Amino acid sequence: MPTTIDLMNHRTAITVTLATVMTVCLASAVVLLRRIDGMRSGATLEEVLYIPSPKILKRMSLGYNGLLADVYWTRAVQYFGAKHRAHAMQYQLLAPLLEVTTELDPHLIVAYQFGSTFLAQKPPEGAGRPDKAVALVERGIQANPNRWQLYYELGFLEYMERHDPAAAARAFERGSQVPGAHQFLRVLAAAMAQQAGQIATARMLWTTTYETTEDKMIRFNALKHLRALRVDEDVPRLEEVAAEFKRRNGRPASGWAELISAGLLRGIPVDPLGRPYKLLPDGRVEVADPDSLPFINQGLLPGKKPESLVVEKKS
Amino acid sequence: MAAIETFALGKTYLAGFLRKRPKIALKPLTLTVPEGEVFGYLGPNGAGKTTTLKLLMGLVFPSGGSAKILGRDWRDPAVRVNIGFLPEQPYFYDYLTASELLDYYAQLSGLAASQRRRRIGEMLARVGLPEAGHTQLRKFSKGMLQRVGIAQAIIHDPKLIFLDEPMSGLDPIGRREVRDLIQSLKDEGKTVFFSTHILSDAEALCDRVAVLHKGELRGIGVVQDLLARFSGNVEIIWDGAAALPALQALGCECHPTGETIRAVLAQDQLDAAIDAIRRAHGRLMSITPVRASLEDYFLEKLNDTPVEVAR
Amino acid sequence: MINRISAISFNTFREAVRDRVLYNLIFFALLLVAAALLFGQISIGIERIVLINLGLTAVSIFGIVIAIFIGIGLVSKEMDKRTLYTVLARPVRRWEFILGKFFGLVGTLVVNTIFMAIGFFAALLYLVHHFQRSDTYLLVAIYFIVLQFVIVTAVALLFSSFSSPLLSAVFAFALYIIGTFAEDLRAFAALAHGPAGWIPTAAAYLVPNFSALNVISSVAHGESVARTLIAYNTGYALLYAAAATSAAALIFEHRNLK
Ligand SMILES: Nc1ncnc2c1ncn2[C@@H]1O[C@H](COP(=O)(O)OP(=O)(O)OP(=O)(O)O)[C@@H](O)[C@H]1O
Ligand SMILES: [Mg+2]
Repeated sequence: MPTTIDLMNHRTAITVTLATVMTVCLASAVVLLRRIDGMRSGATLEEVLYIPSPKILKRMSLGYNGLLADVYWTRAVQYFGAKHRAHAMQYQLLAPLLEVTTELDPHLIVAYQFGSTFLAQKPPEGAGRPDKAVALVERGIQANPNRWQLYYELGFLEYMERHDPAAAARAFERGSQVPGAHQFLRVLAAAMAQQAGQIATARMLWTTTYETTEDKMIRFNALKHLRALRVDEDVPRLEEVAAEFKRRNGRPASGWAELISAGLLRGIPVDPLGRPYKLLPDGRVEVADPDSLPFINQGLLPGKKPESLVVEKKS
Repeated sequence: MAAIETFALGKTYLAGFLRKRPKIALKPLTLTVPEGEVFGYLGPNGAGKTTTLKLLMGLVFPSGGSAKILGRDWRDPAVRVNIGFLPEQPYFYDYLTASELLDYYAQLSGLAASQRRRRIGEMLARVGLPEAGHTQLRKFSKGMLQRVGIAQAIIHDPKLIFLDEPMSGLDPIGRREVRDLIQSLKDEGKTVFFSTHILSDAEALCDRVAVLHKGELRGIGVVQDLLARFSGNVEIIWDGAAALPALQALGCECHPTGETIRAVLAQDQLDAAIDAIRRAHGRLMSITPVRASLEDYFLEKLNDTPVEVAR
Repeated sequence: MINRISAISFNTFREAVRDRVLYNLIFFALLLVAAALLFGQISIGIERIVLINLGLTAVSIFGIVIAIFIGIGLVSKEMDKRTLYTVLARPVRRWEFILGKFFGLVGTLVVNTIFMAIGFFAALLYLVHHFQRSDTYLLVAIYFIVLQFVIVTAVALLFSSFSSPLLSAVFAFALYIIGTFAEDLRAFAALAHGPAGWIPTAAAYLVPNFSALNVISSVAHGESVARTLIAYNTGYALLYAAAATSAAALIFEHRNLK
């Protein structure tokens, strides 16, 4: 029956047309959506500020504050990530975002841990607001007095960012009282009290962080700090060796090989990433790629400011 | 040109919630209904009558086979301009009034506004609801809804009308009226295809009937021929219980009501029966040859094994 | 074709406006606008902001509720009650039916929104006595709300074409909620890398995105809305609705009526 065949084709034609319309429309919608996103990526975050207070927001969330807290936490991370990538020096919205997050879900420990780190570190690694970081962690402790990690975080901030070993010692001491606290807190409290050498203390703190955290990003951050500490120890030592060579031979060494054959070094010294240090004719030592080693204070090109003040001399 | 032709049209449903089991609702059906005929589609509950109609209306898709309606493929939307359909237990938008409903359907069938206005009044009068045009359908009785259903099936003056159990829900007067209506449609030259299990309606109206059972076509017959068939039985009624044992001895079925007894027996036993009644001094009341009824045909076909139907 | 689609649309509209539930919902929405007026009075300095935020939110939430509750029944109810039989036995193509239903409900929602908007502007006028230039952006916000309705209608219609009203309602509401967080969803998805991120990313792009269509809080602060955003949002809403409606028609085209 020819008509039947025509009609089969007709029906197929309807199906194909509808499927095509659907696909084309959906694809174009997604393209437009990406445009809209491009327009709004800044605006979305500004919008957060329209919520006058986290308390009102909490009431408005109709009991889904946990979920909403997660959303805000993601926004905070996104915001930080976007700014960080852009090497921004200012992070105005970070503190309010974190405040909203922790107000919505006061038990979101990761928000205090990460959040305080983001807030405290010097730009562009963070917002450079240790005061806000300390306030955030203090609020966290109030809401979760039994989480020793928060005391550790507090002590850490007090020592590393605010250079106040006494306050840090108090924080570690408080933390060590918490049932189930990591025993290292007690050691740290003692170390703070003894005013141990700065690099050694810093290494102890970062090592503790590295070993106790389960979060990959925190662990990686700690690792970067530990690498930086090694560089900061290595560079003065190597410069000292170069100076020794110059004293002995009356001329600067032409390279690591001379120092090795003079018996001053056992091999070509490498930085924590395995790349050889550079020995300059004036006897200074530099790292091969300063950008891959954040937080270092030594081994930088002249004029390049140290990013972290961890081992800065205190007055 | 035939009004309806089906070619091995069949439907198998997959029934069941998790484990789908196939349920054959209609075995491949080949059937031709010429134009101008009133065709009765008979079958007990669950025979597949509604399924056939739904297939023809394009409401469900066949598992196999095809059909032609008025000479065109049955799925062609253009065909539907010329067909009317009354579903079984029709339900309509109950927030509309009868006139609004008919207007809506007439619009969907492509009638112009002026034509619609005229036809709505006509149709309501034709189905016996001349006053009900402005009443919301939620206030209608079951029989009134059935009448509105018939009105919507013919509002656009179709050539071919499918009615699924048009008499259900109607009172005796309503049934009479619908019968007359179907008759008048026939007189106008329309083709009417209707399903029913009320055999007297089919007997009174149909040119031909088909008997369907368990999804299978069991037979098609011209009603006049069926009725003309002599069954070979006679019915005999007499007064006088004394003859009872003798007739029972002849092997016929007797139904006594007091002194009056009714019996049906084969023609060749009639003489013996009359003799027996005389001997017992019974008073003979009547002797009538029993004509075949549609019911006989229907029951015969239900018990039959499947038949191949020639036409 | 146009005649049939418009007849179906008009009938859909007629069904909605003859339903008492609709009036109850509109009444509640207007009540909420009035309440916003009172609520605004007890706080200081932000009456206008509170009225706009609450009032427009009421308009949008009640519209969404209407869209979903009517939308989920558009096809499935007609299928259940078998009113479809007498429609599809006529020269109506199935996609025409879907399209008619879609336009009918969108029309209903537009008319509703006009009424609710009149109530809202009346309340605003009562509060501030005269309108200012930036109030035109309130109209844009309302327009965006209507665009949301267009999307929600299409989505509800899509669910209605293959699932029961109850499930459709659950799906449609869930999708609406997800859609309001779609931007965050995409942010979440972007955190995952590699194949693990593709599925969430695809999902985040496939769900309707309502965040860009919600400008209530920014217009409440008298901010303007970029023209390009109006254009893009219009395009997005219409395309998304077209896609969902075609999907509904595609499914419906192949369905056996029960
Ligand atoms: N949607 C469906 N899914 C599964 N089976 C079905 C479906 N519709 C019908 N059936 C089955 O198909 C068979 C035929 O049903 P149909 O409705 O055609 O019967 P009918 O002849 O119209 O009966 P009635 O006189 O009771 O109206 C029945 O056994 C029924 O159970
Ligand atoms: Mg039936």
